[in-house]
Formats: sequence, structure tokens, C-alpha cells
Amino acid sequence: MRAMVVDDSRAMRSLLRQILLHLGIDVVEAADGRAAVEMVEAGPVPDLALVDWHMPVMDGLELVVELRSHREWRHMMIMMVTTESEHENMVRALLAGANEYLIKPFTADAVVEKLGLLGLHCAAAPSGDSYGGGILP
Amino acid sequence: MTTATTEDFRFLQGFLHDRSAIVLGEDKQYLVESRLLPVLQRHGAESIADLVRALRRGDAAVETSVVDAMTTNETSWFRDAAPFEALRTYVIPELVASNVTRRRLAVWSAACSTGQELYSVAMLLDSEFSDVASWHLDLHGTDLSTAVVERARAGVFSPLEINRGLPAAHLVRYFNREGARFVISDSLRSRARFQTFNLARPWPQVQDYDIILLRNVLIYFDVDTKRHVLESARAHLRPGGFLLLGTAETPRGLVTGLRPVSVGATTVFRREES
Repeated sequence: MRAMVVDDSRAMRSLLRQILLHLGIDVVEAADGRAAVEMVEAGPVPDLALVDWHMPVMDGLELVVELRSHREWRHMMIMMVTTESEHENMVRALLAGANEYLIKPFTADAVVEKLGLLGLHCAAAPSGDSYGGGILP
Repeated sequence: MTTATTEDFRFLQGFLHDRSAIVLGEDKQYLVESRLLPVLQRHGAESIADLVRALRRGDAAVETSVVDAMTTNETSWFRDAAPFEALRTYVIPELVASNVTRRRLAVWSAACSTGQELYSVAMLLDSEFSDVASWHLDLHGTDLSTAVVERARAGVFSPLEINRGLPAAHLVRYFNREGARFVISDSLRSRARFQTFNLARPWPQVQDYDIILLRNVLIYFDVDTKRHVLESARAHLRPGGFLLLGTAETPRGLVTGLRPVSVGATTVFRREES
């Protein structure tokens, strides 16, 4: 499985990369929405996109709209990973085509559980027990 | 001093077993010390020995704090997925068919923690079984810990709690944001009732339930308590009702009259008709 992490924070990309790699998922990174679109166009199309909301150049909502405008990319699962938690904006993201929503901060366990909701069952949990994920900013 | 002497640890083992039937193994001394640290601070005690003295003289506030601190409240929305899939695909459809004339469904989350399990059932019923909406629904949650029951009743959750297994579609449908917290909708909260209850004590003559969720509780009990709890649960199920246990738990060898039914990746236990 291949995931694309789209976030303007290098630290956040690194944290998500660490969690996903531990789950046996290959990871590519983009620092804004435009770079993410170019990456998908260049291929291969990732199975999953983890998308921050507030980014320069092209924000997360615009990215979701763009990704969902291409029928050939529709198999890609999109999960927002963001501090944005206004009810109205969460609804906008879901209506635009995001499949799931993870609010920062989060635990590694929460990432695993959300991937499970998307039907993406992973190789292994990032920690030995179900509560050991720690809190990630 | 925050370390427990052997004598204090023995007293705490006995106290916890008496109040909650939880068996605290010899290797759990570190756990006791780490969990009681916040209790020390809350009650202005300087050492575990101070707390033990307060327990010995029957200080009710300290007793409640110690039980709350020592009980495990790990929970999440739709926890473990498979039991909720079993509810969705088999258990609830069976009960909808058998209760169609009574138009009544009673569900008990018997170790409800902060309410996620019972509210998950409420969301499942509301989103997938619209024909049940007009039935008399009794959604009942109990827990040993007063603190978590109060939190369940309030229905207010942090983003960290909201992230744990709650589908985004349910988040936007059933929760309102208030400041940095998420509050469960009045429509779900008004259908659920929560109370403190100690499973290890004699059970009252309560109504019969169609579903009892008794998950990840028995693992903390000794064999006699497990038998008491399972026999009581069977007696409080309607004939044809279902008991759901944790993955590592089974009634086998402890109680009769509960038939295992495999549903997908899990097993549920159905009370036999007679």
C-alpha cells in the first residue's frame, strides 16, 4: 500500500511517515496541495492521501476537490488530518469527497483505527498495546 | 513517600477486591503507585500510607477516588469493530424480527466507562435501523466508577477521544462542537441513561435485556466472581437475547444456557429459550 502525506509541517510529515512505515505502508510526501497533485499526476497513484487543511499554494479542501475531479483517481482514500474542527468545515470536506477525518493532536492508535474504518487493514500496530501510541501534535 | 509498603499493598489488594472484585496481582505494585499519585495530590495526602489510613477509617471521598483510579477505563467508539459488525449484521436484525410485536429493545452496556460503547450502539440503531426509532428503546450504561459515569452522562468528549474509532460521518451527524470539546447530540443523550453499579455485588431485580455488552471486564475477576457475573447476566437476558464478551473472554466452563454463535470475526452468546 502507498500513502501520500500532504502537510506543510515537516515535523508532522515525519511523524505520519513514521507511523505509516511501521504499519508496512510506503510513504511519499508533499508540502502543499499543488505539489501533491503533481505527484499524483506523475504516478503511481497512491491508495491513500492524508491531507492537512491549512497549507500554502493550495489548501487541503482545494486539494480534495481537485483529486475528486479525476475519475481515474477515485479509488484513492482521502483522510483529512488537521486542527480544523469547525463542524461546518468538516461537513464541507466530507461533501467534497474526503472519506475520513482525524483531528490534531492524535495518537498512533487513532491513525490505525481510522485506517480500519477505511477498510485499510495494516500489517501491525505501531505499539505493543492498544494505548501506547502517545500523543502526537 | 509514594511507594507502598508490603502491608499497605496487601491492604489495597483487599480493599479493591472487596469494593470491585478486581484481582490485583503481586506484580501490580508499580501500577498501584503510579495510579494513586493523582489521588494523593487531590486529597492532600503525602504518602500511600496516608491514603491507606484514610481508607481504614472509612473516608468515603478517598474510597471513591481510589476505586476510580484503579479501574481501567480504556475505551473507544465502535471498539474492536467486529462486535459492532456482529450487532449490525446479525444480532440486531434477529432482535428486530423477534421483537416486532413488542416494539421494544433493551441494551445494557455493563462496563460502560465514559459512554462510548453505549453511544456507539445508539448511533448504530439510529443510522442503520430506522424502523426501531419509534420503538421503546432502553439504552442503559453502568460502571463501577462514579467519575466515568458522570462523564458518560455529560456526553462531552475531547478531540483525542473523538479520534478513537468514530467514523467522520457520525462525528458530523451526532456531535456539536463547543469550544475545544465535542458534545453528543441531545437526541442520542436523551435515549441513554447511566448509573453506577458494581457487577460483583448481588444484582437487583431489573428488567430483562435483549443485549448485554460485558466486554473486557471478566478478565479482572477471579473464577467465583466471573461465575456470579455470568450467571447474573444470563438471568437478566430475555430468552433469545445476546451476551457480548471481550475477545479473550468466554462463558465456557462457568455457566450453561448460553449458546455460542459465530458471526464474522467474533462470537456472540445467545440465551437459550428455556
